[in-house]
Amino acid sequence: MPLRKHFQIAALVAAVIAVQLAVTLSGNSHHLTQLTMSAYYSLVIVGLCLLIGYAGQISLGHAGFFAIGGYISGFLTTYNLLPYKDKAIVSIFAKTGLLVGRQDLYGGQALTFHPWTAGLIAVLATFVTALVIGGPVLKLKGHYLAMATLGFGIIVYRIVLGTEKLGAADGISDIPGFTLLPGLQVSGAAGLRIQNYYIAWGLVILSVTLLVNLVHSRIGRALRSIHGAEDAAQAMGIDTAGYKLKIFVLSAVLASIGGVFLTHYNGGIGPSEASIMKSVRYVAIVAIGGMANLWGALIMGFVLNFLSLRGYFGTYDDAVFGVILIVIMLFAPEGLITRSVFSNIRRLFGKAAPEAEV
Amino acid sequence: MNTQLFFQYIVAGVTYGTIYAIVAIGFNIIYNATGIINFAQGEFVMLGGMIAASLSGFMPLPSAILAAVIITMIIGALIEMIFIRWLDRPSVLRLIIITIGISIIIREAALFIWGEGVKALPYFTGTSVTVISIGDVHLSPQVLWSTGISAIMVIGLNLFFNYTLPGRQMRACSSNRNAARLCGINTKNMVTLSFILSAGIGALGGCVVSPMTYVQYDSGTGLAIKGFTVAILGGLGNSMAAVAAGMLLGILESFSIWIMPTAYKDVISISILLGMLFIKPSGLFGSAEAARLKDF
Repeated sequence: MPLRKHFQIAALVAAVIAVQLAVTLSGNSHHLTQLTMSAYYSLVIVGLCLLIGYAGQISLGHAGFFAIGGYISGFLTTYNLLPYKDKAIVSIFAKTGLLVGRQDLYGGQALTFHPWTAGLIAVLATFVTALVIGGPVLKLKGHYLAMATLGFGIIVYRIVLGTEKLGAADGISDIPGFTLLPGLQVSGAAGLRIQNYYIAWGLVILSVTLLVNLVHSRIGRALRSIHGAEDAAQAMGIDTAGYKLKIFVLSAVLASIGGVFLTHYNGGIGPSEASIMKSVRYVAIVAIGGMANLWGALIMGFVLNFLSLRGYFGTYDDAVFGVILIVIMLFAPEGLITRSVFSNIRRLFGKAAPEAEV
Repeated sequence: MNTQLFFQYIVAGVTYGTIYAIVAIGFNIIYNATGIINFAQGEFVMLGGMIAASLSGFMPLPSAILAAVIITMIIGALIEMIFIRWLDRPSVLRLIIITIGISIIIREAALFIWGEGVKALPYFTGTSVTVISIGDVHLSPQVLWSTGISAIMVIGLNLFFNYTLPGRQMRACSSNRNAARLCGINTKNMVTLSFILSAGIGALGGCVVSPMTYVQYDSGTGLAIKGFTVAILGGLGNSMAAVAAGMLLGILESFSIWIMPTAYKDVISISILLGMLFIKPSGLFGSAEAARLKDF
């Protein structure tokens, strides 16, 4: 099994490189933009897959966490603190190097938070929010859990939509790039496409490696037992509430990291990122991938997000996801990419499929 | 705040409270019959309002409303028969996702048919500026229409559930489905009936309030979450309590404008929902013991 795990990760790395080469060599470099964006959405999806598929807890509010990350980081890196330069707190920030002075779009001086500071604050804020919300929310089950997470998502959406400082319906724009290391910048500049593609997918590979290891560990087995029979798991001495909360927080943090990066990459964020349809879309992708199937979710997330971002669904974008959701849930609640599909493919190539244990 | 303004807020609260209560009753009927929360409940209200508004161009108001209610009931029945009836013991997660999918499809279909514009029926009596004055309080006759029709609806439902055979069969299903089946009740038909009933109630509600609140292809989601809040406040499954809870939420909301920007109005009611779910999910009037016996 460990060997197989390494093989899967290696396959992912190879696929990422192959896609980049194929796209660049065929002269479609502009596709890298959408490929990069779908990588950041994939972060939300793999986290959500762990929560829904492995821990058995639905969340209809993950776009909220994505938006918290993106909005906080976007706001802190664009809000000009220069008028407050003399306030004690601001000068403390400035002295500790948390702030950065730069030219704004119109050539004026601006003093804002450094992207690193802003990003860390954003992720930390999501962490705390998820921890606070997660405690009581995860005590709920079934419809109550779905409605509570949906409610959380709507609250975030209403707040970003109704707050002038966050740009209300227009969102935040002119967000600067994020220099990760000298020479390595998250930004939408055309010259940095390849670099950004690898930053994004590198992040995905890192997260997936983490999650795959998690799934194969004691925690993963505990999670599956919670999904199977929560009461029985509890009776066996598994701290079900603790595990559920940890996974909820982990998936929220992944979503917010996706939000932070995508916001700096796009140079802006709008309230639609927090909308319910976005949350539902993430759930739909996890469902199509096969709920408890990280790789399925990753593949479907990549394909569907890319098609959607390229505009293949046109004005029927939301309708497509609605139809997919229903069809999958009616006819294939186990998802499209199931183990039997994989073993069938393997049989096609003449190799005997070992009776699957992932 | 003077007394006149105070009463004006109350009137506004009751107007919205009525529609919330109607959505909540729709939730409750289906929940009682099936244990499903139908996430597409708000869409029935939207459909009722939109269809009636479209038809009112061709026919007199009462027949437009009647036709809209009947069409929505048929849609409700079709939804149940196509998507839910034949599922074999589906999990809660699966049903949640299916009804969410249904709501998206109805919403997108409405967007395709009617576009993004708002629609409204004409006022049932008078116009938008007609005012009935009771002492210092001024209200639109439509408020009386909507509260009146809702009250009649609630009384009618009560009679239906207590004194008619299908009503009693539905109650039997909700208290114990297997026992009901053993007594020869066709539980599957009861589920379809519950969808028809709650679609009809939602549609009628949509018609009555549309002159005041307008409807739009995406009105459903907001109504669904408010309706659910009310259903939870009253205790899931308890339709009489939903009326009281609806008024309570409507009034709370209308007073919240006084202390918070209107843009955050929804935040108030959803915070109430979350608070209620965290502290007492059995509702203001429900008993915690009884709630524990239910599926979830």
